Amino acid sequence: MTNAWTDIKNTDLVVVMGGNAAEAHPCGFKWVTEAKAHRGAKLIVVDPRYTRTASVSDVYAPIRQGSDITFLNAVINYCIQNDKVQWEYTKAYTNAAFIVKEGFGYADGLFSGYDEEKRDYDRSSWDYEFGEDGFAKVDPTLQHPRCVWNLLKAHVAAYTPELVERICGTPRQKFLQIAGMIAECSSPTKTMTSMYALGWTQHSHGAQNIRAMAMLQLILGNIGVRGGGMNALRGHSNIQGLTDLGLMSHLLTGYLNMPTEKEVDYKTYMASRQFRPLRPGQTSYWQNYSKFMVSFQKAMWGDAATAENDWCYHYLSKLDVPAYDILRMFELMNQGKVNGYICQGFNPLLAFPNRGKVAAGLARLKFLITMDPLETETARFWENHGDFNDVDTKAIQTEVFQLPTVCFAEDQGSLTNSGRWLQWFWPAATPPGEAKADTWIMAQIFLRMRELYRKEGGAFPDPILNLSWQYHNPGEPEPEELAKEINGRALTDLRDPADPSRILVEAGKQVVNFSQLRDDGSTMSGCWIYSGCFNEAGNNMARRDNHDPDNTGAHPNWTFAWPLNRRTLYNRASADLDGKPWDPSRKLLEWDGAKWVGYDVPDIAPTAKPRDVMPFIMNQEGVSRLFARGMLRDGPFPAHMEPFESPIANPFNPKMRGNPVGRIFESDVAQFGTSEEFPYAATSYRLTEHFHYWTKHNRVNAALQPEFFVELSEELAREKGIAGGSWVRVWSKRGSVRAKAVVTKRIRPLICDGKTVHVIGIPLHWGFVGAARKGFGPNSLSPFVGEANIETPGYKAFLVNIEPSTAPRGGVVA
Amino acid sequence: MSMANGPDSPRTAVSNPPVQPMASNLGAGDLIRRSATSDLPPPTRQLTPVAKLIDVSKCIGCKACQSACIEWNDTLPAVGENVGVYENPHDLTENMFTLMRFTEWVNPATDSLEWLIRKDGCMHCADPGCLKACPAPGAIVQYSNGIVDFIHENCIGCGYCVKGCPFNIPRISKADHRSYKCTLCSDRVAVGQGPACAKACPTQAIVFGTKEDMKKHAEGRIADLKSRGYSQAGLYDPPGVGGTHVMYVLHHADKPQIYAGLPENPSISPLVQSWKGVTKYVGMAAMSMLAVGSVIHGVFGRANRVSREEEEEAERLVEQGDETPPHDPRERRP
Repeated sequence: MTNAWTDIKNTDLVVVMGGNAAEAHPCGFKWVTEAKAHRGAKLIVVDPRYTRTASVSDVYAPIRQGSDITFLNAVINYCIQNDKVQWEYTKAYTNAAFIVKEGFGYADGLFSGYDEEKRDYDRSSWDYEFGEDGFAKVDPTLQHPRCVWNLLKAHVAAYTPELVERICGTPRQKFLQIAGMIAECSSPTKTMTSMYALGWTQHSHGAQNIRAMAMLQLILGNIGVRGGGMNALRGHSNIQGLTDLGLMSHLLTGYLNMPTEKEVDYKTYMASRQFRPLRPGQTSYWQNYSKFMVSFQKAMWGDAATAENDWCYHYLSKLDVPAYDILRMFELMNQGKVNGYICQGFNPLLAFPNRGKVAAGLARLKFLITMDPLETETARFWENHGDFNDVDTKAIQTEVFQLPTVCFAEDQGSLTNSGRWLQWFWPAATPPGEAKADTWIMAQIFLRMRELYRKEGGAFPDPILNLSWQYHNPGEPEPEELAKEINGRALTDLRDPADPSRILVEAGKQVVNFSQLRDDGSTMSGCWIYSGCFNEAGNNMARRDNHDPDNTGAHPNWTFAWPLNRRTLYNRASADLDGKPWDPSRKLLEWDGAKWVGYDVPDIAPTAKPRDVMPFIMNQEGVSRLFARGMLRDGPFPAHMEPFESPIANPFNPKMRGNPVGRIFESDVAQFGTSEEFPYAATSYRLTEHFHYWTKHNRVNAALQPEFFVELSEELAREKGIAGGSWVRVWSKRGSVRAKAVVTKRIRPLICDGKTVHVIGIPLHWGFVGAARKGFGPNSLSPFVGEANIETPGYKAFLVNIEPSTAPRGGVVA
Repeated sequence: MSMANGPDSPRTAVSNPPVQPMASNLGAGDLIRRSATSDLPPPTRQLTPVAKLIDVSKCIGCKACQSACIEWNDTLPAVGENVGVYENPHDLTENMFTLMRFTEWVNPATDSLEWLIRKDGCMHCADPGCLKACPAPGAIVQYSNGIVDFIHENCIGCGYCVKGCPFNIPRISKADHRSYKCTLCSDRVAVGQGPACAKACPTQAIVFGTKEDMKKHAEGRIADLKSRGYSQAGLYDPPGVGGTHVMYVLHHADKPQIYAGLPENPSISPLVQSWKGVTKYVGMAAMSMLAVGSVIHGVFGRANRVSREEEEEAERLVEQGDETPPHDPRERRP
């Protein structure tokens, strides 16, 4: 989230699209009800289903899953056509005025540079025109035909209300009503918030869904302001923390990149990470990359990391592929290339797409280790449960080790919420039986592995033997110790560069935050963006002061928000070019003539002069990007792409299947279905009664939503002879499930490209262990497709068929 | 400690409880009605009337209230099955005192779908039909703050409360043959806490406080709904039962029946109103016959039949006028 949960109360308009906040985030959703009750805010829901969020909305519009870009580009077009643009903001704070290179183009659904063989773009034409001074060329009058604004205008011109109706199935009048409401938020004193979740991310074009809304928010002037922003609602209490701490195969901590095999040494690695400003005087904060990188390496290998050995750069793994994400790991398992898999807090058998492929992959492992507080289907993948898990147990040789872990309520540490707040928590209960903290388990594995490397050597034992492991009890690092390491400390006395006689931080003391980190080996920090969470002032994540001066929703002394306890990102953009708040009633910051003052930690150097330094300090341009340059693999502007399995052909290019650079494996192509064979558009989702695959273990939750079901319209039910509460079979090219049918008015057939499209909804909370009835999940059916940029599996748009059926075999009670 | 220094009833459900144990602030002296008891002494004080306000327009149907109700009351409904709807369990039961009822309603005025989600449960009528119908002395009591409570050890399981209730709420346990329903968390209210459902409600669609405050709160909500085009938004506090201590804010207050059959003008059957003593049984039989085909028809199929032994026991109890000490609301049933 750019903003905080508590900030949503400040909004005038909530758009829930690509998510179902009331259902999946009921506690956070209270801030929407606050905005509605106290500000008269309106709520718009755009979703294939009339959801629980829709039930409390002011306006609901149906949309075919996977067609959000068309809808959003059309809203951008509507705003441009009707002059509903926050012009001052757009001209000053976005790259609207930047001139794009000659050679950039878009035709037939594809941007310039597409290579069909490689299924990839040559992105060299997706960039600015640079002057001899090295800076990007701009035309502040927006007259240049190749300035970003004019390219954007031309790009979205095709996205008319008629096209929305044709592609999305959204009635034209509904679209126009919503576009009109959104356009009103171009006023500097009206803001809109976007709340989205997996309904946008879990598509092969997920990043572009989000881009489209972010661009809309930028031209409305809604980024960096109270009640505005792009607010990603994270699906677990700590999934934000997962990405922050780099638990992705292509990331180190704090969004530093894992090196690739082409980056053979530190110098090469850093050469492409200089981040010089692209406009005069801009901050380009990533210029500090080396300070964060070296401090990270010092945190990893301590004294072994020296300037001479590139801070142990050669210890870091080098990627030979873009990422070893879950899809690739299970593809490799199926190829017999993976021996063992440690599955910590994950239930792949239900969570990853194409369950048949997941199960086949697990069966080819030599060993599987699961770490989980609860029994998981993954740990029991070898057990036959009739139709619910129809495997030949005798044929599976994988050895499975189940390591019971503590659950969150039995542990202590911090959880990072969607609003980037690191909230310390304390144990409320004693773990049962043999359950152990994950840190204990990982430490025990590490210590034993290190001992083996010490005794037996091996090809390259150094990274393991030299790993910094300075904990009070090496067998179980304490959460505070780990948090302090993440914050970072001075390794030698840090002297003031302006006055070397002055010591800023004594050796051994915690740094106050990442501004004190250095790239000369004198500091260490496990995750730079978290620095400040546990400094000499103490554990700032444990703070519980809920005072909120002037009720801004900032709550500055409640826990710690990264970065630097900043509650709203890009908050400098809440004020105009002269530093005056756009909306005085919603002030976040203002320029007092000498410095930035206000309710939040300024997202700009405190004394940076307002007209000199632009608000988007992480970008080399200093401004935000309507045109993303080559940052995304699938285009600098969002363009309509159909799902890989779609009921209609792409109107921009009927031959184009899915995202032209979406992540697919050769072996999966044969398993894509067509709309002739599989006529219905399926989507997956969560229900408020359950949390993922956990709460089916809880008898209360199990009683409140006991049994797997699918939802379909009354029209389709009539057509197929399906009665509510009866058994149906739903199948795709990849698998088949049986479910109870919920026949509902909340799903209605859509007319897309002249065709009736029936939507089938498949919730995901059931399996074959737990207190609830045995059931299936959508992953038995969903395709093995990854997002083009980040490899997130697409679960939200695929094709199925449905028929009346009978109960599955194998006993329905778990 | 009593709440002598603070208000006599909690004003909100959102505050956290004090750490130290508290004595119950609901006692014998607070009873204003007691079933089958003609000589109840007048209450020693008047508590401030309380109410739970359920704003249907803010409710997201998350069932946190159902979950909190199960947890607090230590009931455990069975893991059932899906029968094609979102209601689970499928009806109120002796183990499920509150239930979200979901109605898909197409508004004929706008032709758009509305998903009406109403939390069903005891309305805590100011004029409680259950209590008036109850033949077992002290099985149903009413406190001066408005809470209508079932004292299970006095219950004989005859099911007359079910017949007397205009909202079809009480359910007789097949295990212990006693009647169960929402207590408005009398055991929590007695120690300064609001009901568990209101405390758990993430959107504060359920709020709790004095009845006066709740009516005021409702006014603001109704004004907001009217500004959003719900011209018939209003408060449901039906006069036919003397008003209720559980009230609804409805977007379509002119049509309460669209909310899963919320009665338009609930009232106690005149037979229940008028009978006294043994005539209750005659009246009950007459009412049973009259009620065939009526709104509450469904109840009779489910209610326990009253056996001859139970009838006799009921009559014996009525005649004895058994004086059982008032129930301490903090006691949990076994």
